[in-house]
Amino acid sequence: MHLYLHIPFCKQACHYCDFHFSTNLSKKKELVSGLVREIELQKDYLKNKHLNTIYFGGGTPSLLDKEELSSVFEAINRFYTVDSKAEVTLEANPDDVNDKSLRLWKSLGINRLSLGIQSFDEAQLKYLNRAHTAEHAELCIQKSLDAGFKDFSIDLIYGIPHPTHDIWKKNLEKALSYSFTHLSAYCLTIEDKTVFGHQLKKKQMKPIDEDFAVEQFEILLGETGKHQFEQYEISNFTRNHQYARHNTSYWKGEPYLGIGPSAHSFDGINRQWNVSNNALYIKSLAEDKVLFEVEQLSKTDIANELIMTGLRTKWGVDLTKVSSLIDEDFNRTLSHYLDHQMLQKVGETIFLTPQGKLQADRIASDLFFT
Amino acid sequence: MKNIRNFCIIAHIDHGKSTLADRLLEFTGTVTQREMQAQLLDDMDLERERGITIKSHAIQMDYLFNDEKYTLNLIDTPGHVDFSYEVSRSIAACEGALLIVDAAQGIEAQTISNLFLALEHNLEIIPVINKIDLPGAMIEEVKDQVVDLIGIDPDDIVLASAKEGIGITDILEAIVNRVPAPKGDPEAPLQGLIFDSVFNSYRGIEVIFRVKNGSIRKGDKVKFMATGKEYEADEIGSLKLKKQPKDVIECGDVGYLISGIKVAKEVKVGDTITHVSKSSPQMIKGFEEVKPMVFAGIYPVDTTDFEELRECMEKLQLNDASLVWEPETSAALGFGFRCGFLGMLHMEIVQERLEREFDMTVITTVPSVKFLITNKRGDVIPVSAPSEMPDPNLIQKLEEPFINAQIITAAEYVGPIITLCMDKRGVIKNQVYLTSNRVELTFDIPLAEVVFDFFDKLKSISRGYASLDYSLSGYRESHLVKLDILLNGDPVDALSAIVHRDKAYDWGKKLCEKLKELLPRQQFEIAIQAAIGAKVIARETVRAMRKDVTAKCYGGDISRKRKLLEKQKKGKKRMRQIGSVEVPQEAFMAVLKIN
Repeated sequence: MHLYLHIPFCKQACHYCDFHFSTNLSKKKELVSGLVREIELQKDYLKNKHLNTIYFGGGTPSLLDKEELSSVFEAINRFYTVDSKAEVTLEANPDDVNDKSLRLWKSLGINRLSLGIQSFDEAQLKYLNRAHTAEHAELCIQKSLDAGFKDFSIDLIYGIPHPTHDIWKKNLEKALSYSFTHLSAYCLTIEDKTVFGHQLKKKQMKPIDEDFAVEQFEILLGETGKHQFEQYEISNFTRNHQYARHNTSYWKGEPYLGIGPSAHSFDGINRQWNVSNNALYIKSLAEDKVLFEVEQLSKTDIANELIMTGLRTKWGVDLTKVSSLIDEDFNRTLSHYLDHQMLQKVGETIFLTPQGKLQADRIASDLFFT
Repeated sequence: MKNIRNFCIIAHIDHGKSTLADRLLEFTGTVTQREMQAQLLDDMDLERERGITIKSHAIQMDYLFNDEKYTLNLIDTPGHVDFSYEVSRSIAACEGALLIVDAAQGIEAQTISNLFLALEHNLEIIPVINKIDLPGAMIEEVKDQVVDLIGIDPDDIVLASAKEGIGITDILEAIVNRVPAPKGDPEAPLQGLIFDSVFNSYRGIEVIFRVKNGSIRKGDKVKFMATGKEYEADEIGSLKLKKQPKDVIECGDVGYLISGIKVAKEVKVGDTITHVSKSSPQMIKGFEEVKPMVFAGIYPVDTTDFEELRECMEKLQLNDASLVWEPETSAALGFGFRCGFLGMLHMEIVQERLEREFDMTVITTVPSVKFLITNKRGDVIPVSAPSEMPDPNLIQKLEEPFINAQIITAAEYVGPIITLCMDKRGVIKNQVYLTSNRVELTFDIPLAEVVFDFFDKLKSISRGYASLDYSLSGYRESHLVKLDILLNGDPVDALSAIVHRDKAYDWGKKLCEKLKELLPRQQFEIAIQAAIGAKVIARETVRAMRKDVTAKCYGGDISRKRKLLEKQKKGKKRMRQIGSVEVPQEAFMAVLKIN
């Protein structure tokens, strides 16, 4: 089973990020109490009390201090058994990574870090409004390695407007020079409720050039390939098979419990999401209530999600899992994309081809059952 | 008869016609407040949303004044040029009209056309300045405008606020005192003017009429003079909030007639009802067969829905007698119907009613007028769709319909309106100042130019301060060509249009540009071409979509993302495959939006 914890605080707002967070840190303690309370209230959500993965996401989980993190772990341990081989990940901002914090995380059983580096270029970090500097970005990798974190992931962003591909190539080169196992590389996406979204609307910013982004994606595939990284999901790469087990569970449609404001949970049929408001979250938990909305997924919804997430991964979509829904329409669309070498089929499983990966959304949408 | 008052309301959109109607019903006790629904008379959802009354209705109120009981028949009128004939018939059923003017806006041009129609029929006009409670009310100025326009004594103008219930009693008294009682000979043979009909799915068509002469009794054998059809008056009565059956409708009064008529076409607005025996020697003046002016194809979005669409069209026709259609086939769109409409608004209404009342999404093709083509053998062929156009080599002569268009506007907009009309191949025929600031312009203009975006443009350049009225003036020879649109080399018959030769290049270029905006990018490049015969006159290119993939897809993204892709899929279902190109529904309407 899988547990997600959302830590909705950041030092400052990145211009591209539309996740739920607040830059007002004054309520951090109260919110953590809420998390602890919610862990208890939701203890029966998952059928099985055995956790294989725990993921602290955000926001910025590396903002939590010793006391806060300890109380969360204590609550987890009170209601769940954490597998001895569990993957326990914490998203960390480079400027929060230091000897002391690394020791703390290690002592609490965190065995995987996801480092929000995004870029090693000072100007780009400023453009994205990241809280850290290029120096932090490099230092945090070395320090994590020195502290004995063998398993960590680096986040990078590509498609950031620039006249050439030089910065992207340098960023990749820098990252790949370290001996680490997991890379998440995301194309910059302009979301509505962000500074970039606002600038785009006001025409103070151009939309991300598609050709530019496609070229950078191709550079990414080339460089990671050279360094023995395997692309196992559209934006995720690993060497030595260190797949992000927590995230992979989402793509395989496994149940998970999400704790914290805006966190989503899925029990195999129903998906629910907590209120995206720190104050309301704190208030309701103080009254022993969890505020959430829920939707029940139909058989079709579940099948469509399997297609949508499965196609993005190297494991593809096992058609025997959706066989009862397959109709003439589906088969027609499937053969169209097989003929155009956007999809390939091995046994009863379908996968995106390299060209297909650039059209993943359209293909998934076309294959959706109605 | 001396206690009957028949009147209508003339008002610009938003000047408060519906609110005032509601108030009259309330003050006369015709409805209680509990029964009151906002804008009671507009009972189609669509009408309520557009804030205009599309189909006219009538309602009867009883009003006690100086211890005498009066019967007030309020006859509602539609407010658009497409329905000007229906308006004229409603007006012909009245002796008086309330002219509603917004105190903050003043007289607006759209009111004027109907006002003159009312004056033409010698209706007694009762001006009402409404919304006097508004902070921006300019009562004195608006009074001056009204006096200027109809030369009435300023003291005869009623001041009111329908919203606040101010002046409603004054209006009711003015109706009783100033609107003449109907004239007519109760002993003469029956003449009933049909001015509306309502479809009732259980009882057939309800015919709404005004008795001009004679009277009608329940059970009478009657004849509709224009159609020659005979019926038995199974039920007659008055239209209160609900229908109130009666034994007789006397001379001068308004009523309904139910006689099991199933087909709306048998009930023609303007027709005369008379008795089978002792029938009237002549019809009431002013009857016209309503002829469609605009033609377009209507197709189901999903080709398999053709039969369902046919059923919907049949049902729609039951209460829209002016809609005509016949089956048609398009290479691009499959099976559908060629439809005739009174005008562009009528076409939009039909399309919207199909969507709302029948949940039927349709594609409407380029609207066309009816052209007359004389071939080399001398045969005259009517053509109302580009696909019907013969090969140019076989054509001897091409004619198109022209209209006589009257535009009433404020003096300051005359220049831009003349420019617009000239741009639409119009020729100005006359210019008359109705008041110091109100001008009537008369143009001779091809109907084809008016059916597209003329009315919208007219409204925008005059800031709504222009009204349009038109009548067909005849057919004249014209240099017309068929313009085709090709997508990656495949012609799209549904986008072809018959246009004037001098405008073909401009038209083709703009249409290609518009289609470029409306066609979603696909995995390959799309060439959009406009051509006359084999000659390509314009081209645009839609670049291939190289990337369509979300960056992140984790636990919190999945629901939202799935819904987004579901929506995409739905949108795509509404698209049509032309060769290899997927074409959204809006693209087929692009032609209406090319400017």
